[in-house]
Amino acid sequence: MAGPNLPQLTPEDIKRRRKRSMAIALALGVMVALFYAVTIAKLGPQVLNRPL
Amino acid sequence: MTAASPIYAESHATPGISQGEVKDYIALLKPRVMFLVVFTALVGMVVTPSHVHPVIAFASLLMIAVGAGASGCLNMWWDADIDAIMTRTAKRPIPAGRIAPGEALAFGLTLSVGSVLVLGLVSNWLAAGLLAFTIFFYAVVYSMWLKRATPQNIVIGGLAGALPPVVAQAAVTGSVGIESLILCAVIFIWTPPHFWALALLKSGDYARAGIPMMPNVAGPDSTRRQILAYTIVLAPLGLAPVALGFGGLAYAVVSTIGGLGMLALAVQVFRLREGEPAFRVPQQLFGFSILYLFLLFATLLAEHGFGLLRPVFGSH
Repeated sequence: MAGPNLPQLTPEDIKRRRKRSMAIALALGVMVALFYAVTIAKLGPQVLNRPL
Repeated sequence: MTAASPIYAESHATPGISQGEVKDYIALLKPRVMFLVVFTALVGMVVTPSHVHPVIAFASLLMIAVGAGASGCLNMWWDADIDAIMTRTAKRPIPAGRIAPGEALAFGLTLSVGSVLVLGLVSNWLAAGLLAFTIFFYAVVYSMWLKRATPQNIVIGGLAGALPPVVAQAAVTGSVGIESLILCAVIFIWTPPHFWALALLKSGDYARAGIPMMPNVAGPDSTRRQILAYTIVLAPLGLAPVALGFGGLAYAVVSTIGGLGMLALAVQVFRLREGEPAFRVPQQLFGFSILYLFLLFATLLAEHGFGLLRPVFGSH
């Protein structure tokens, strides 16, 4: 919502911004998945083999 | 870089609001160059006698690709003024007015720092340091300094494009070996004949933009002579993987035929300086040089990735 001092967004501006936001969300999701996979790969199977 | 230069396309943007679409940000990363970087880096990994977890290898390749894209983005930010003058580059996002220079700078810097840090955490800090050096070399040494200063710009700057196999080998082994250094040398020596063939065709564009490419400074005849000289070095250098044992029989055949093809075209470029062939033959050399490099690396990838390596001299 545009306040008195904020620029008025056109429908095209809003559409472009939504698409950019979705791309950023996708990139962040990929990063989370990548960090998870790398963490598991670096820990290796020995992480489960520990004294109880 | 003149960010407020009147040569940029007039923007009808809402002030303070980005006009960039997702595809514009992707274009800033130079996807075709990224593909080439991923491809050569992948070959740098597979020719390395070492075993690394596939997830680590994938993450390292991804970070090398992002780093390459980041350096391309910084290059577009810096060169936006000359990109606007040349027909080949005038439609890029910044000169076309779709992305503000500041946005591109922030995007490039963020991805540069991010890719180096993540590569360091995922693999090792030697690889991260080499990636940082590659980005710095392309964005600062080549783009900001050499490109507008000397006709040797693409010769020295070519090192940035040649380093990805070295970064990749460092990522999987923690060190730099002869295999990736040879691949680096092949790309490095391949770059001048490849780019100067294009420069012979686009010398008008480069002259308008004030870029001192070899044909504009030393003249077409000298450029043709130098193309031939570099190709004479390149053809035997392409066979070095065979001598060192990491290129097999298939690679030897492809490299020999490809090298002879490059030499034949370079001789034609040197000889035919008048009329229509003076344009046609450099165009052929430019196209064939891309195929040549692709085939060299694709053959190495097939030999190592699919167990097709048949050493020519003993076993590797």
